[in-house]
Amino acid sequence: MKIRAFMLAAVLAGLGVTAVTAADEPQAVRQQLMKKVGQATGALSGIAKGEKPYDAEIVKASLSTISETVKMFPSHFPAGSETGMETEASPKIWQNMDDFEAKAAKLGSDADKFLAQLPSDQAGVGAALGVLGKDCGSCHESYRLKKE
Amino acid sequence: MGRRATRLLSGLVLLTVVGAGAFWWLTKPAPWDATHWEGLGEPDLADGERVFWAGGCTSCHAAPGAKDDARLVLAGGRPLKSPFGTFYPPNISPDETAGTGSWTLAEFGNAMTRGVGKNGEHLYPSFPYGSYARMTVKDINDLWGYMRTLPKSANVAPPHDLPFPYNIRLALGGWKLLYLTDAPRVDVNAADAKLARGQYLVEGPGHCGECHTPRNALGGFEADRWLAGAPNPEGEGRIPDITPGSKSIGSWSASDIVSYLETGFTPDFDSVGGSMVEVQKNMAKLPASEREAIAAYLKALPPS
Repeated sequence: MKIRAFMLAAVLAGLGVTAVTAADEPQAVRQQLMKKVGQATGALSGIAKGEKPYDAEIVKASLSTISETVKMFPSHFPAGSETGMETEASPKIWQNMDDFEAKAAKLGSDADKFLAQLPSDQAGVGAALGVLGKDCGSCHESYRLKKE
Repeated sequence: MGRRATRLLSGLVLLTVVGAGAFWWLTKPAPWDATHWEGLGEPDLADGERVFWAGGCTSCHAAPGAKDDARLVLAGGRPLKSPFGTFYPPNISPDETAGTGSWTLAEFGNAMTRGVGKNGEHLYPSFPYGSYARMTVKDINDLWGYMRTLPKSANVAPPHDLPFPYNIRLALGGWKLLYLTDAPRVDVNAADAKLARGQYLVEGPGHCGECHTPRNALGGFEADRWLAGAPNPEGEGRIPDITPGSKSIGSWSASDIVSYLETGFTPDFDSVGGSMVEVQKNMAKLPASEREAIAAYLKALPPS
């Protein structure tokens, strides 16, 4: 009886651990972080294209999300997370971690720059998005691999 | 050695010589007649600049790591890895000794559309003359005029680093015989001006097929899988399928494609990556109508 309860507990614990790890794996975490950046970028783009009205609060929130997210982003590439879970991370990240971190930091500091002097209209948001988009591209150019 | 054996041997030798001669004759470098490049008049430099960005010259011919205005210095030397070895694009700046400063329009045009170098040699198709073959003489003339206005560089790029047998230039004649064509790659409604323009841009100067179309073992396009995606020639990962059958971008609308080429953002606000980053920067410099034509053509392709 005791053994059975123990085994059941072990199985449940095992299941629990698997459930936690799947979402907690660095590969999954960084995919989530990139999605967050993408959503914030989308909000800015809506304003830049004139599909949504200019809203200082949304611009501020989006820039903050990009800044905060990208600053923690490079800490989710520990050794052992190079492959798996459909990661699009290039092996070059681990060969050039300093450069990879610098590229993430560049996006963070550019976002901070626009936060300090918030774009005040549609054209301003468009100009900011141009700068941030280049930062995205310059990192994805070297460090992201498309798999399909 | 008996008389018969001697006769057999000399017959074989003769056959080999004739065969080699026939191969040489069939596959020798074939520039256009000189008249092809005559009477084109003064180049339109503004149009030449447009062709320059459409053709993406700077993506391979700028110095490694060149940014912004430095991309206009076509110094060469950036390694281009491939399954056949590493190519080093040459200096094509207007420098008289290190670059193309002493070339004529005909020499430039024959390199662009026939893969024939200044000294009459076969060029490697890593230089995408297999696509540029479709370009009009007007575009070549305008492009040449524009390129002559760019800054000079004295840089000398390293020679290509290719293992045997790919280091034999003569064999390229065989490749051309099999694969070099200026015919359209797919059937689209040529009466639709926008589609026709998109077809010209994608199949010709844009040379999109060079990376997006899979190749066979000899490096020729798999013709029935036009733009259907291929392994990344430079290493890991894949170059995506860009036909309407694509899992990644098949669902994009024409305006999604236009927006991506202009801003580098996908419809779900992922960004352009890999070697497409350079390409997108070039595409962003084209008039909007050109990006719209490209999108129209991609949407009209047979799905993979």
